[in-house]
Amino acid sequence: MFESLSDRLGAVVGKLRNRGRLSEADVDEILGEIRTALLEADVNVTVVRNVLARIREKSVGEAISKALDPAQQVVKTVHAELIALLGGETLKITYASQPPTVVLMAGLQGSGKTTSAAKLAAWFKKQGRQPMLVGADLQRPAAVEQLKVLGAQIGVPVFSAPGDPVETARLGLEEARRVGRNVLIVDTAGRLAIDEEMMQQVRQISDAVQPRYTFLVVDAMTGQDAVTVAEAFNTTLAIDGVILSKLDGDARGGAALSVKEVIGKPIAFAATGEKIDAFEQFHPDRMAGRILGMGDMLTLIEQAEQVFEKDEAEKAAKKLATGKFTLDDFLEQLQQLKKMGPLQNVLGMLPGVGAQLKDAEVSDDQVRRTEAIIRSMTLEEREDPSIINGSRRTRIAKGSGTQVQDVNRLVKQFAEMQKMMKRFGGRLPSR
Amino acid sequence: MLRADLGVKVTTALLESLRERVKRRDITDSSALVQALRADMTARLAGARRGLDFDPARGTPNIWMMVGVNGAGKTTSLAKIAAQQIALGRSVMMAAGDTFRAAAGEQLETWATRTGASIVRGAEGADPSSVVFDGVQSAASRGMDLVLADTAGRLQTNTNLMDELRKVRRVAEKAAGVVTEVLLVIDATTGQNGLVQARQFAEATQVTGVVLTKLDGSAKGGIVFAIETELGIPVKLVGLGETVDDLAPFDPQQFVDALFDE
Repeated sequence: MFESLSDRLGAVVGKLRNRGRLSEADVDEILGEIRTALLEADVNVTVVRNVLARIREKSVGEAISKALDPAQQVVKTVHAELIALLGGETLKITYASQPPTVVLMAGLQGSGKTTSAAKLAAWFKKQGRQPMLVGADLQRPAAVEQLKVLGAQIGVPVFSAPGDPVETARLGLEEARRVGRNVLIVDTAGRLAIDEEMMQQVRQISDAVQPRYTFLVVDAMTGQDAVTVAEAFNTTLAIDGVILSKLDGDARGGAALSVKEVIGKPIAFAATGEKIDAFEQFHPDRMAGRILGMGDMLTLIEQAEQVFEKDEAEKAAKKLATGKFTLDDFLEQLQQLKKMGPLQNVLGMLPGVGAQLKDAEVSDDQVRRTEAIIRSMTLEEREDPSIINGSRRTRIAKGSGTQVQDVNRLVKQFAEMQKMMKRFGGRLPSR
Repeated sequence: MLRADLGVKVTTALLESLRERVKRRDITDSSALVQALRADMTARLAGARRGLDFDPARGTPNIWMMVGVNGAGKTTSLAKIAAQQIALGRSVMMAAGDTFRAAAGEQLETWATRTGASIVRGAEGADPSSVVFDGVQSAASRGMDLVLADTAGRLQTNTNLMDELRKVRRVAEKAAGVVTEVLLVIDATTGQNGLVQARQFAEATQVTGVVLTKLDGSAKGGIVFAIETELGIPVKLVGLGETVDDLAPFDPQQFVDALFDE
């Protein structure tokens, strides 16, 4: 799942030169790949356009960070923008002065309203409230039975009455007042946003019970149409929050962004499975990474920025470019690298270059061994590995607890690396 | 095209093809562009076998399974198919293979009563494979034509549940008869994940066709274009509402035309 954008960006980065500032062309190229990623994540076409236009403004002319390459930098801006878009104020549930606090569930057929209603009831119960559920979906066969079974599972009473959903909701409210329940959750039938009659019906239900909160339940795998649906429900009902369901799947969930852009209200909860307890407050940062489809790279960016001092990185890059990079410098880089966690993970996160190294059998043991070998060298030997003759190799091997072959391999590989780095010159991403 | 959930890959490929034709001077008129695109898309959907496979010669009863993610419309579609098949004069047994979802058995039972189909249910939490097995056995002993097996909705990312579904498929024809259709039910509002769903469900159960539901809404269901052209799985039926008659055969021309409507 994290391969595509990381690899594609790697290709883009490979072509870019090491500049001081992001040019328009740089930004456009990177944003092109991100646009594809967002569309593949089901973010609405128009929303993608708006979001990227804002980011473009922010990114052009920005100084390229020393710790990040241009693509990583733009991604960082995109990620931050997505978090801001998805987050903002969290929904803080407050209760009506005159109980019960009424919550209305609305959404398309199959979005997860009934299951979410039960989950919400369980959540309120945990908050110390006394919820009641109203089965006002009289359309779907056995919908009320479903709610009753769930209610029994969580110890929450379920009210329903045959006939008319609006009347049922109203009677439910009366019942809640009568028995002293202080939260009322009204489940409604799934309906199409373009079904005028049904939209009118849910409006009537809303008028009858005057909900404090109206939640729109949205399936995380919804595609482009999320915008149409959100708009219609918001116009009819004035949505207070969104519940995003079926997040346990691998849908990237771009619909979340589209819906948020349209409604402008918080995504209150995330439903992450069929069990009642699979219900939690929504995390914008996790969702942003998921939509971008590159959670790992974002972790890398964070860590890279923390770990690599700006000056160090620039110095190292310069040395590499001019071939003056010594084993001592390499040792220092390895130390920095170690701070970032297991090597396999780190390598897996690198765009482009990482793709090839991923297949190589690099391990933390190898890093440790390499470190040990270099430490067993004298300063002279590190500056100029060409002086390392047979007896020196034996000494180094003994001192580091390795074999002479290992020392040979390191010296040889390092020499090759120096040659290669010199050839690439200024085309390396600064790290 | 993107707005219709066709996806970046499909859209790019179709437009590239169009671009080529313009370059070759195959198309010289801008008004002919959309026409050419529609024709191309319809052509790519041509030639698929879209009939439901009922073949008593291969075994009795024929077994048709409904599979798909949660909320796609499996149970409702099953009911519609039952009604159609009964209207064709076939005897239908429903097997309530969703033993997980609260009141799923009751839901299907309601449909059995409404359509006149027979039904076999198990206890809630029972092994779905055994319920389907029992349903087939019962149908066979009564010389019935068709078993429609409902299954619980599941996300393709849940390995355990996908394994469970594999088992249901395997066990289904062990009692008698033969599985001749495994219908993947896909909600028309589904985005790009629909292709992933199709791939995984096909791998697990050898999906023979797609039922595209909720096409009466504003979503276009464009993801099935990729499912057909990339995976070769034909869309056989479309769901157009919640009542038992709201089922129609998939019409590629209509589908493509609707993609270009506003």
